[in-house]
Amino acid sequence: MNDTIGAPDDETAALLARAAVPAGAETLSRLHGRLEEAAAREGILDVAYTTIDSPVGRLLLASTEQGLVRVAYAIEDHDKVLDTLTTRLSPRVLRAPRRLDEAARELDQYFNGSRKTFDLPLDMALSKGFRQLVQRHLPGIGYGHTQSYAEVARLVGNPKAVRAVGSACATNPLPVVVPCHRVLRSDGTLGGYAGGADAKSILLNLEAAG
Amino acid sequence: MKPFEQVVTEHADTVLRVCRAVVGVHDADDAWSETFLAAMRAYPDLPEDANVEAWLVTIAHRKAIDITRARARHAIPVDELPDRPSTTGRPDAADPDLWSAVKALPAKQRQAVAYHHFAGLPFRDVAGLVGGTPEAVRRAASDGIKALRTTLADTHSKGVSP
Repeated sequence: MNDTIGAPDDETAALLARAAVPAGAETLSRLHGRLEEAAAREGILDVAYTTIDSPVGRLLLASTEQGLVRVAYAIEDHDKVLDTLTTRLSPRVLRAPRRLDEAARELDQYFNGSRKTFDLPLDMALSKGFRQLVQRHLPGIGYGHTQSYAEVARLVGNPKAVRAVGSACATNPLPVVVPCHRVLRSDGTLGGYAGGADAKSILLNLEAAG
Repeated sequence: MKPFEQVVTEHADTVLRVCRAVVGVHDADDAWSETFLAAMRAYPDLPEDANVEAWLVTIAHRKAIDITRARARHAIPVDELPDRPSTTGRPDAADPDLWSAVKALPAKQRQAVAYHHFAGLPFRDVAGLVGGTPEAVRRAASDGIKALRTTLADTHSKGVSP
């Protein structure tokens, strides 16, 4: 007995091709929307995400039920970032822009200069220990102001941990919103940035103008 | 493990096709949504090496049974829903002739065609899902395809469809 799908004759093939016509984008997007709503309602939408355009390129925004958990630059590779969220948080990851509406709105306002602080619930689940301590300190650096890595180390009570502050900034899961771009080298040069040096200067210039 | 979004993207079409075949175009959206919602709930426990498509078809099969039973309970005896998807907002519930021909098949043939031909499951797996022997499933699939070809050839020759 042939238990696999053997080569069908022409007429059958034509029939199967007719059945295999893909559903239109509109249908699939309507169905996807229903799934997003139902998953959120049932409490199984562990990680919702969307992407937005910005002056620093396409940004991925991801949120748990607690709050915004990840902002990622395109050069971080959004597919890779989603894989990491799958491994570290939950595989129930769905493109579901609705939960990110407020974050997207505040980021838009920030980029057009009309917002200076973010008022969003954050989920710090992706960072731990000293790194999280540093990241929690960063929103204290006001819009348009900067601190050096050494100053931040001193302010979080560990003046020798200048390098560790550097890696805390480099691994900030919530760039832009948690303003690691406001931390520079002591000599005033930019220092590294997950979004690239260009993105860092764009943000600093934006804030200098405001 | 992949993000669930990727599972949806990769299998949305196949699951919809199976749902349209098994419960009809009218209830296919509900069956699709129920299937992916149940799949998303169970997804974290799915073994790494599982055949995702076969797993989704199994869930779709169960959801189809639920929907068919619910329909039967609430059925209005005299009223048969029109097969032609003149429903607006559903521009590509396409090919009404095909789907109404599939709908007209006896259940065993419809399931065999849907799961084997539309979803690509081997006869052995389809038998595991719907009962009976793989040989019986093979015959049902073959009879189903034959019947579809006849029906569609008829509609064609009557000039009902373009």
